[in-house]
Amino acid sequence: MGQTLAEKVWEAHVVRRAEGEPDLLYIDLHLVHEVTSPQAFDGLRASGRPVRRPDLTLATEDHNVPTIDIGLPIADPISRAQVDALRDNCAEFGVPVYSLGNIEQGIVHVVGPQLGLTQPGMTVVCGDSHTSTHGAFGALAFGIGTSEVEHVLATQTLPLKPFKTMAVTVDGDLPAGVTAKDLILAVIAQIGTGGGQGYVLEYRGSAIEALSIEGRMTICNMSIEAGARAGMIAPDETTFAYLKGRDRAPSGPEWDAAVDYWRTLRTDDDATFDAEVILDAASLSPFVTWGTNPGQGLPLSGSVPNPADAAGDVDRIAIERALEYMDLTPGMPLRDIKIDTVFVGSCTNGRIEDLRAVAEVLKGRTVANSVRMLVVPGSVRVKMQAQEEGLDTVFTAAGAEWREAGCSMCLAMNPDKLAPGERSASTSNRNFEGRQGPGGRTHLVSPAVAAATAVAGHLAAPSDLASIA
Amino acid sequence: MDKFISHTGTAIPLRRSNVDTDQIIPAEYLKRITRHGFEDGLFSAWRKDQEFVLNLPQYQGATILISGPDFGTGSSREHAVWALQDYGFMVVLSSRFADIFRGNSGKGGLLTAQLDQDVIEALWEAVESDPTLAVTVDLDRREVRAGSIVAAFDVDDYVRWRLMEGLDDIGITLKHADAIAEFEAHRPAFMPVTA
Ligand code: SF4
Repeated sequence: MGQTLAEKVWEAHVVRRAEGEPDLLYIDLHLVHEVTSPQAFDGLRASGRPVRRPDLTLATEDHNVPTIDIGLPIADPISRAQVDALRDNCAEFGVPVYSLGNIEQGIVHVVGPQLGLTQPGMTVVCGDSHTSTHGAFGALAFGIGTSEVEHVLATQTLPLKPFKTMAVTVDGDLPAGVTAKDLILAVIAQIGTGGGQGYVLEYRGSAIEALSIEGRMTICNMSIEAGARAGMIAPDETTFAYLKGRDRAPSGPEWDAAVDYWRTLRTDDDATFDAEVILDAASLSPFVTWGTNPGQGLPLSGSVPNPADAAGDVDRIAIERALEYMDLTPGMPLRDIKIDTVFVGSCTNGRIEDLRAVAEVLKGRTVANSVRMLVVPGSVRVKMQAQEEGLDTVFTAAGAEWREAGCSMCLAMNPDKLAPGERSASTSNRNFEGRQGPGGRTHLVSPAVAAATAVAGHLAAPSDLASIA
Repeated sequence: MDKFISHTGTAIPLRRSNVDTDQIIPAEYLKRITRHGFEDGLFSAWRKDQEFVLNLPQYQGATILISGPDFGTGSSREHAVWALQDYGFMVVLSSRFADIFRGNSGKGGLLTAQLDQDVIEALWEAVESDPTLAVTVDLDRREVRAGSIVAAFDVDDYVRWRLMEGLDDIGITLKHADAIAEFEAHRPAFMPVTA
């Protein structure tokens, strides 16, 4: 019987298999950041173990770093301690690190792909759930906990039980103004936040094939929001074209050998998935969340749901709680929700194409007086590219703040936070209670919707804005 | 790691679903670089409410947490496991756990036992009517016992074995260092390196 993409990559990495035990899987790339690594390095020190393959390990500073005044010492002593610990640990264990100020610094899931380090058929792990992002290249990429980080540092392997596979097939053409972000929010609303549990999702179908690599990263990034461990998309010409010529991509005869191998990384026609979900791309429209988990989303044209319409008690209580926290009334049109803060950035939507989409909407327009808008590039390279294209002047002319690279208001570990009660439209991936600052309220949106919302002062799509001749 | 065979203690009924790791321990606590002392962060937002179940006097000293479905969703932070353990929990019972959280728990020595939601409801009621009720989580027999309730729970075989033996994962893997070296000798030359 044929194999799925995920099974092929898995099989190619089994170091050891024994009855009744998890497979021991080899890890090709281990990405590290300052939040989930200090205790892992501590563990190595305590047991006197070295890092087995520093040359397959890469660290970057992202979660805690400030996005203004990066030349100054980090003001928050705890953030500074984490960043310092990462630098010291990397020096002690010989792990390469891209620190604040380095041209390669940025969000770990933006940095790996843009260097060409993430390639089809690889196993990629990081102590961060959005490692699923790298699946856009046809890599098997997933988040791990700190003790697994220690395990990979010490052994370059992980003992794992095989995942189940789920096909998420999206055929047809996305309507104009509908983006990868809308697509994945719709998928999550359909599957639910727990529906992908235990699965690797493989996104396929003509709508997926038509996406750029960056759009595919947005999709795979949020697989975790559907409960899945990983998301994957089979590599194709789009993937190869993206990788060609990148710093760490193969070159010369090795490039040809690599492409020959990468072309084999497709789900066989006679392979079967453990589950399948089907969506029609043509039926999709801009999608936003109204609640406190990423599955609580609806088309922007919809209204805040009524708990009384819920399928069961568990659902009804969840909706009631969400509405109370979000301070929303059932039946209110989503477009009427007023927004204080717009955040553009994160590993979901902090890449150059996202910034271009925002600039396209903001060009010739201004951010509403009542709105504070932050645009935070996912990496220093993204920042430089945006500046080269003059996007930064579009942002600042419209009244948005143009910042330095990092996770920023995606999780509010640095000074970029919502105040209690404040409401944001955010291009990030999580709308949990307090995610963007204690008491803050988050609506997840696409970059285009974020930009239109900033102009309108309430949730809006670009098509809602008066045209500018 | 200590061996876990069976545990008896009192339990806290947490009548919530979708308890994500941001609620278990908010991101601000992740800034610490130590491995212990996270008990103050556990459910810190909810604990500001004096009526929140963890604050109720009758549940102090409990070692078993009984939650609704989808416990531990969201971020992969292992601090969620440490915070639960530092607070004193040995076991979490739920009708469904998020994968990463479950994996993290097994490695950290926190038992996550999965039961039908009916059983969870019955346990909630039993514990609410008698907070001093002794709840036994028997890993050897894969069974929860509390008053008249006896229910089998689901736990991964390998995790169970490791917990019962008190074994460290890395030590187990390093026994296979030769197999790892052998695998490395055959990796394709086009694979990238970071340095
Ligand atoms: S941008 Fe947000 S989701 Fe992505 S790695 Fe940073 S904190 Fe995590």
